[in-house]
Amino acid sequence: MLDVRGLNCPMPVLAVQREVKAKAPKGLEVLADHMTAVYNIQRFAASQGYTTRVEETEDGDYRILLSK
Amino acid sequence: MDKVKKSFWRDNWLVIVTGLLIGAAAVVLSALGNPKNMGFCIACFERDIAGALQFHTADKLRYFRPEIVGIVLGAMGMALIKKEWRAQGGSSPVTRFLLGMLVMIGALVFLGCPLRMVIRIGGGDLNAVIGLAGFIVGILIGVIPMKLGFSLNRAYKQNALEGLFFPALLTVLFVLSLTTALLKASTAGPGSLHPAWWISLVIALAVGALCQRSRLCMAGGIRDVVLFKDFHLILGFAAILVAVFVGNMITTLVSGNSLVSFFAGFGFEKQPIAHSDFLYNFLGMVVVGWGSVLLGGCPLRQLVLAGEGNSDSAITVFGFIAGAAVSHNFGLASSGDGIGSGPVLWVLLAGFAILLVISIFHTKRRA
Repeated sequence: MLDVRGLNCPMPVLAVQREVKAKAPKGLEVLADHMTAVYNIQRFAASQGYTTRVEETEDGDYRILLSK
Repeated sequence: MDKVKKSFWRDNWLVIVTGLLIGAAAVVLSALGNPKNMGFCIACFERDIAGALQFHTADKLRYFRPEIVGIVLGAMGMALIKKEWRAQGGSSPVTRFLLGMLVMIGALVFLGCPLRMVIRIGGGDLNAVIGLAGFIVGILIGVIPMKLGFSLNRAYKQNALEGLFFPALLTVLFVLSLTTALLKASTAGPGSLHPAWWISLVIALAVGALCQRSRLCMAGGIRDVVLFKDFHLILGFAAILVAVFVGNMITTLVSGNSLVSFFAGFGFEKQPIAHSDFLYNFLGMVVVGWGSVLLGGCPLRQLVLAGEGNSDSAITVFGFIAGAAVSHNFGLASSGDGIGSGPVLWVLLAGFAILLVISIFHTKRRA
């Protein structure tokens, strides 16, 4: 799981980009804490052919699930 | 084809509408009293607030601009409604304060933040095209450490009070500016030019609320194109330019002049509150671009984030205000007559050195 909580833009989506470039995973779980990061990651994921699902955690954070 | 069009509009309408609203707001606020080509300028407004608080000595630049209050409170209100408000901070605050100061010093050498740069271009001030070139170069430099792993470190959840102090302080000062003589207001010069306070406030509340939803950012637009080939945010940038351009044509026609006179005004010389020193227009905006990328957003975006409860952005705005005071107290700020009488080049060079040090020391190389 990639924890990008507390990182300001564009670090969360850059972290996802690095992971995708390095490992080209079939699925990836990302934990973010603001909606700007969620939207940015969703746009990037879509551009790379991933579908995304977003869930809110009990702590008020967002779990983004990328899958191909 | 229709599907592509629909998805383009569905994905981007909010940022485009926000850009159009900001551009229209700039034209309307200028028509109602704000200085020409300065209808909506974050750097200029914060400089005037620094003046109202007497942090600097420029008598003609004093007014507690309601637009700044409106953006912060509009963003805060929208974030609360959408349950996105959260107190957060602790990500290299002193570094952010310093970066805020540098961005403001660069902006006042050029005479405007990235937003005013676009507004100036839309008004036919070609000096701002040189500024845009500098801004892009600054962003391209700032993107290099980003790619190598730059980060100002994580922010953490804070007590709600930490996120509330900034909007509360701004509101209290604004009320004091309206009801007492504690804060100063210019009687001549750019600080004396403004619409009725409530008009500025209402327009800025709408801008702040929409910016919170759309995440519009002048630096982020160009940065995302370079980093991700993502054109989403830059559409807002383009929409501002289109709205200002069309808005200026409309106001020209409404005021009884021909469009020929509007286009004849395009040029480098005698532009409103601007100078034609190419080198300094360029270098000032390189500092703004580079600094904004390291901060994670332009001056407008910092206000919106501060409204959302981000105390790192609040610290950055304090840095902007301190930078404005330093600029005017030490002769670094330009004017319509040219660059300031202080050691402008030396300070810009020191600024580049500081940006380089921050870029290097906050970059952790990744395998």
